[in-house]
Amino acid sequence: MEMTKKAAVSRRSLLAASALLAMPSIVRAQTADTIKIGFPVPLTGPYGTEAKDQVACAQIAISEFNEAGGLNGKKAELLVRDDKLDPGEAATRTIELIEKDGANFICGSLSAAVQLAVNNVAKQRGVIYNSISQSDQIAALPDWSKTTFHEGMTPHLTAGAVGRYAFGKFGKKVVFLQADYAYGHEMVAGFKAVGEKMGIEVLADLRHPLGATDYSTLLPRIQSLKPDILVLVNFGRDQQISLKQATDFGLKKTTKIVAPVLLYTARQAAGEKAFEGVIGGTSYYWGIESTVPTAKAFNDRYRKANEGRVPSDYGALGYAGVRALLEGARRAGGTDTAKVIAALEGLKYDFYKGPQEIRACDHQAVQPVFIIESKAAGANPNDVFNVISTDAANADNLVSCKDEGHV
Amino acid sequence: MDGITPDLLALQLFTGLALGAIYVLLALGMSLLFGMLTVVNFAHGAFYMLGAYAGVLLLSIGVNFWFCLLLAPLLVGSLGLLCERFLIRHLYGRGIDYPLLLTFGLSYIMVEMVRILFGTQGLPFDTPDALQGASDIMIGYFPTYRLFVIGVAIVVVVALWLFLERTPYGLIIRAGARDPQIVRILGIDVARVWLVVFGIGTGLAALAGLLAAPLQGASPEMGSSILAEAFVVTVVGGMGSLVGAVVAGLLVGVVVAMTSLVAPEFAQVAIFALMAIVLLIRPQGFFGRAGLMS
Repeated sequence: MEMTKKAAVSRRSLLAASALLAMPSIVRAQTADTIKIGFPVPLTGPYGTEAKDQVACAQIAISEFNEAGGLNGKKAELLVRDDKLDPGEAATRTIELIEKDGANFICGSLSAAVQLAVNNVAKQRGVIYNSISQSDQIAALPDWSKTTFHEGMTPHLTAGAVGRYAFGKFGKKVVFLQADYAYGHEMVAGFKAVGEKMGIEVLADLRHPLGATDYSTLLPRIQSLKPDILVLVNFGRDQQISLKQATDFGLKKTTKIVAPVLLYTARQAAGEKAFEGVIGGTSYYWGIESTVPTAKAFNDRYRKANEGRVPSDYGALGYAGVRALLEGARRAGGTDTAKVIAALEGLKYDFYKGPQEIRACDHQAVQPVFIIESKAAGANPNDVFNVISTDAANADNLVSCKDEGHV
Repeated sequence: MDGITPDLLALQLFTGLALGAIYVLLALGMSLLFGMLTVVNFAHGAFYMLGAYAGVLLLSIGVNFWFCLLLAPLLVGSLGLLCERFLIRHLYGRGIDYPLLLTFGLSYIMVEMVRILFGTQGLPFDTPDALQGASDIMIGYFPTYRLFVIGVAIVVVVALWLFLERTPYGLIIRAGARDPQIVRILGIDVARVWLVVFGIGTGLAALAGLLAAPLQGASPEMGSSILAEAFVVTVVGGMGSLVGAVVAGLLVGVVVAMTSLVAPEFAQVAIFALMAIVLLIRPQGFFGRAGLMS
């Protein structure tokens, strides 16, 4: 509620200002008494829960920055917009954020397709965009540009980490079941890349349409193949339903189920039974606070602002994405695009999950990946995963800048 | 394709029948409403979804699953009664698209209400303890709960058939569908008959939704995708034909299952290909009367 109020106020003051000056570009320069970060995320639609948590976490980065005095007295402000999980909608909102609201930076989005649309708009207007979506494409040419940053993980990184762990531990006979769209294809490519080196045998590579509600027709066949590992590459509700049905068919008795990404929010929505024993990767799990001091600080701050709840993985990316931009502005001593880019390139930081670095050549955040296993009933409703392995930040696990097309 | 054994084929066939059972329940209600009231119910998917959420609600206040099977359809059916009494009733005799548009709008309202009340994320729905796990059905192991769904579908089909064909109420409903004017002249309140039929139709949708919930959880959008499939089933079976709904429901389930075995990517398309073929050869569907839509 508070954020809509803020948005309304800023729009009103902008209207007043533009009535005086009648030229939006001048308005932007004249009313720049705050650092404005545009934040388009899918507040409505199937990922509304994740998006709202992205906002809650991003607000923490904003208030931390402001409590520390801002930048030469300039405070930061988050302009939240609903991208409705639609690339067209996201592009329109981003144009408005830049041209009407005078956003200095853009951060946000959750879906890979939406993120590319936002990046395109920001790129054309020379505004820095820090994406918090999972994607390989954004860091590679031709989508990437000097103003493109990517705080999110890449499918290559995630699938690589999970594959290295699982193929080494549970066996080499593998069946893939993937959602038939970019996310599924990129992830499976990542698994196969690492699997090839480890000598896995792919028994079947099955695809299901996005948003399928029944997997029963695929399961008897998978069962008859007797794989060591079933890699389930889908997201959100697809993941919940397919896991539930695989469990019902008794697949877990003979086969280890592995997913590239286990979402905290999805696990909470689906309950423990379907997810129990499933292994996957994540960018963040609050439970690392026992060993990572910055995670503890971030969690505590979140708990205080959100009635004792804990931040989710995608939510935490919202925090890191916004905080990186503000850190860039602080180091650059202002919001000048070229200076902030220079400040961010090669930046080493530990905001919330251990040491990270922004790779200079493609602006990709080199970061730790956590391998987690879903628990049976935990000590409390937040206690859903065990961190069983951590891949520390290592640029070698990313697609090389050369392969991405950077010179 | 290698590795396809007779046992796997049989198991796959069975999977298709289990899948078809849900289609049958959904299409039965839809066909009932169309056959008796000439209402093309676009809110059928929303009533299906409400059935699942009614189950969530009832379970959360401590009602056990078996009573839910009875109570959830009753609850949602009552809501159906209200919709008929205050909204749909006024549109009878006005042409087929009036109730179609009304129910289309209704479905949006219901889905949005559920999003507001229960959140957009969807809720978990555990399989009842007694039906957990898999059972040996000679050709392999099959989830016990899916066997149960087939059983419920059989019971409902038989009960509905007995009700319509063997009871005086059924006689009135059938007569009301054929010639409402004569039935009215005979001193029967046709409006009440239609009210009851609408209640039964939406109640059946709710039962299907409740039965689907342990398979996929409850989510606000669960009714929208299956609505299209249920329409295919009703069209293939013949709009308004209950026998058609049963035969086509099972057939669609089996077609999806068999296509999945050889080419999973085409499973969804196969449903619509089947519909196209049936419509080309027999435009009124398997058991439909020609010219009903005109």
